[in-house]
Amino acid sequence: MTSESNVKWIGKNTIRPDGADKVTGRAAYAADATMPGMIWGKILRSPHPHARIRSIDTSKAEALPGVKAVMTSADFVEFPVDTPVPIGIQDMRWMSRNIMARDKVLFAGHPVAAVAATTEKIAEQALELIEVDYEVLPWVIDVEEAMKPDAPILHDHIRFEGKPSNIAGKLEHTLGDVEAGFAQADVVIERSFRTEPVHQGYIEPHACLVSVSDGKATVWSSSQGQFMVRGMCAHMTGLPQNDIRAIPAEIGGGFGGKTIVYLEPVALVLAMKSGRPVKMQMTREEVFRATGPTSGSVSKVKIGATKDGKIVAAEGTWWLQAGALPGAPIRGPVGCGFAPYDIPNVHTLGFDVVCNRSKVAAYRAPGSPIGAYAVECVMDEVAEALGIDPLELRLRNAAKEGTKAAYGPVFPRIGYEETVRAAMEHPHYRAPLGPNQGRGVASGYWFNAGGESSAQVNINEDGSVVVITGHPDIGGSRASTANITAELLGIDYRKVSVLIGDTSVIGFSNLTGGSRVTYASAMAVTESTREVINTLKARAAKIWGIDPEAVIWENGEARPAGENAGNFEPLTLAEIAAKANSTGGPIGAGKQLNAVGAEGGFGTHICDVEVDRELGIARVVRYTAFQDVGRAIHPAYVEGQIQGGAAQGIGWALNEEYIYDKNGKLDNASFLDYRMPVCSDLPMIEAVIIEVPNPKHPQGVRGVGEVPIVPPLAAVANAIYNALGIRFYSLPMSPPKILAALEQTERLAAE
Amino acid sequence: MTETQYLAPHSLDEAVSALLAANGTGRILAGGTDLLVQMQAGIVKPGLIVNIKKIPEMTSIEETPDGGFRIGAAVAGAVVGEHERLGKAWPGVVEAINLIGSTQVQGRASAGGNLCNASPAADSVPALVAAGAVATIHGPNGRRTVPVEEVPAGPGRTNLAPGEILVSFTLPPRPPHSSDAYLRMIPRTEMDIAVVGCGVSLTLENGKCTAARVGLGAVAPTVLLVKDAADALIGSKLEDDALEAAAEACRAACRPIDDKRGTIAYRTKVAGVLLKRAAAIAADRAGRA
Repeated sequence: MTSESNVKWIGKNTIRPDGADKVTGRAAYAADATMPGMIWGKILRSPHPHARIRSIDTSKAEALPGVKAVMTSADFVEFPVDTPVPIGIQDMRWMSRNIMARDKVLFAGHPVAAVAATTEKIAEQALELIEVDYEVLPWVIDVEEAMKPDAPILHDHIRFEGKPSNIAGKLEHTLGDVEAGFAQADVVIERSFRTEPVHQGYIEPHACLVSVSDGKATVWSSSQGQFMVRGMCAHMTGLPQNDIRAIPAEIGGGFGGKTIVYLEPVALVLAMKSGRPVKMQMTREEVFRATGPTSGSVSKVKIGATKDGKIVAAEGTWWLQAGALPGAPIRGPVGCGFAPYDIPNVHTLGFDVVCNRSKVAAYRAPGSPIGAYAVECVMDEVAEALGIDPLELRLRNAAKEGTKAAYGPVFPRIGYEETVRAAMEHPHYRAPLGPNQGRGVASGYWFNAGGESSAQVNINEDGSVVVITGHPDIGGSRASTANITAELLGIDYRKVSVLIGDTSVIGFSNLTGGSRVTYASAMAVTESTREVINTLKARAAKIWGIDPEAVIWENGEARPAGENAGNFEPLTLAEIAAKANSTGGPIGAGKQLNAVGAEGGFGTHICDVEVDRELGIARVVRYTAFQDVGRAIHPAYVEGQIQGGAAQGIGWALNEEYIYDKNGKLDNASFLDYRMPVCSDLPMIEAVIIEVPNPKHPQGVRGVGEVPIVPPLAAVANAIYNALGIRFYSLPMSPPKILAALEQTERLAAE
Repeated sequence: MTETQYLAPHSLDEAVSALLAANGTGRILAGGTDLLVQMQAGIVKPGLIVNIKKIPEMTSIEETPDGGFRIGAAVAGAVVGEHERLGKAWPGVVEAINLIGSTQVQGRASAGGNLCNASPAADSVPALVAAGAVATIHGPNGRRTVPVEEVPAGPGRTNLAPGEILVSFTLPPRPPHSSDAYLRMIPRTEMDIAVVGCGVSLTLENGKCTAARVGLGAVAPTVLLVKDAADALIGSKLEDDALEAAAEACRAACRPIDDKRGTIAYRTKVAGVLLKRAAAIAADRAGRA
């Protein structure tokens, strides 16, 4: 543990290595890549939400001058539906069918063919010349409709309880005996909830450039994992992985939505067929229509407690829209929903339901906000029914070291209780509220992930250091890595440069997701740096002619361990580096590991809203987020993560939603009508960092980036209830919905 | 593939004849904040683009001898916002024009474009209607003037004849104790499109409203001049009863649709709320004691 008080770089807001390039526009994103001879790829998308493809005739498009290649799903490796082909948590059977429809189109916007041509204009014209013969089928986009017995069935191979169904999967956790638990309860509250799909809303649309030369492909793209890109491209084209080099571009936001591919394998096939470098870039409209939002949902949650505020039983069922192909994040609500609480009897159930919408993709703590929304709203009602302060109720039931979570683990040292106490003691919680204002609280949990990481630490001839890791930096991992390396080596962090290696220069590293990078990558970097320090000590020992065991490393210098070791002037890193060649050659070390022990993270949020009762507009006027982050390696980035997560959660609560027209087509595929919060919509979000170090990590790190999107949905809903006395059981709580509810309340009061 | 011709004439006559010759495929380019977006989205494919920003009359703001203002149709919002005397006389018109798009868009977008794009939700139009602005139109048969509310014909359609170009807006002289205000309802705080927009212009004499006009946006196929609402205000001291009567007139005038931006019930209710709030702001600005 680096928990000494004399730490120099860990916990410091060092200058962000990517900052200057980003603010000056010099940072190279995927769409900035160009090559001589490059041509443009475009995708033909289905106008129908559900249809069988009888035939595709591409001959006219191929004949258009300037068109260099045309592809359909026939150009991909075909994965039979009955054999799983996993890469990480994805299944190539569904991934390949998502990026290019096979036999059937399953949502309006589903790709059916692609062309590459010398100009974007010609590519667009060529798309119009592709003739697709569709047999239009009945469609279903609502999760409840999709489960009805007469619902149109999307996939013939999916069966549930022996019958053709749109329910593609089920997950269940049981702890204790809920029936017996509810029997002990003095108060039992059960409510149903509904949420709409929301998009990750990354500023940078998906883009890539693929060049194939002599059978070897190079892929520049915007993704959360170059190794994921390589793996999926290899699977879909049949190329061996050594023939694909995936280079990660600077990334303009991902939030989980770039943990999968949409364009890269398509561009790769077009490049192979045309022999030319192919560039593809989505429009914002394509991003909304055809890339993953997260699931919409319906759910039912029941909580029972005794008079003294002890929760004795809890039950939750969540039905999540997967979109066109299986894969809704049911693990999120089913595993995380009740995780903040020590409850003896728990039963959770989740269903993965396909429907004719774009396939969902990971979005920041996938599924967990949907779980917490229902659980934390019911918690608020339980607290009210018992006459107990809502944070006090949470404190009385807080999960702590030794608590068994319904999804399996027994928690080690965790910091949930600390977040609740910090919230209770914060001035925000007791600050007076103005007219039409209300206050709500909610907590949230996310698993966090470990997994595979590789790192290489090299000492340069002048004593400076280059660190190479394998994860695209979407949340500050380069800055954190520089802080950790500088701390361990005892040198100025400006002497450390951190780069993200492509798939040919660094070992396999799992993608940037699950809040895993600073956690896992820091472990690989720490092990590599420790080995480098051992080498540095050995070199000093060699120079001094003493035993390496008799050398210590302190403040960036090798020193004799004590007087017995000999009396030598310390040797700095730069001095040892200068003599590297004469003492044994270049100094560096690389480590690869599969990190375990990424313990979960907890947060508790306080939200104040003010409601314009005449217009139905709820605005967040004060917001404070408390989170146990283990150890904040770079606090400004940690705050940024917490603020960003809270902002996205507030958008989800208030205005964001996918709106479909009567033809099953997305009606608000733009930032104008898909209403994410803008800067002026939000107050400064205060992030209160709580550090309960993760005992399983050398620096005490816990994942940070996902937890903060979990509590806001319920925190906002509970605040609106506190302001208006009206509970909303569906999102978003948009102005028409709030105004309609206010009017109904007035009408009822008048009657 | 049909190519797009581009022209940047220095005179209106030149622009009008080019537009006529394009046989309906010509489009006017002022700030381009609607046109270029529509072209990129493939919604329009003009055969001819006529950039009118080199025509001095269209890019200047003048004070008329009688104390009014003439605003060129292509004057960018940012320029309107920086005109001090215009801002004093017509704060509602200026705030409405300044609500079109973002700060960056304000450097290009114009009130003329906003009117000719003919969106029922255009922010500047209800304020211009309330102000009694008159549009000057130059065409193959010379010039004509029409009240602003008569320019839009429906969503995306205007009453301009082939070859006609909107040249400028004329705002009348202001009697003492007159002012205006524009309010819109948007779910967010900026970067959004009006779910309802309301402009109110009024004149007070000893606290009594002697003249008023009300413009209402996004509640019908075109921006409405709501005479009944204005009549309810005129003669009153803007007491609660008068404001409620004017709000009711606004609600009665609404013929909105249910869409992704708002429901019929919501828009109707909000129209009345905005009328009351905008009238109060205009009255305060007019020096209500």
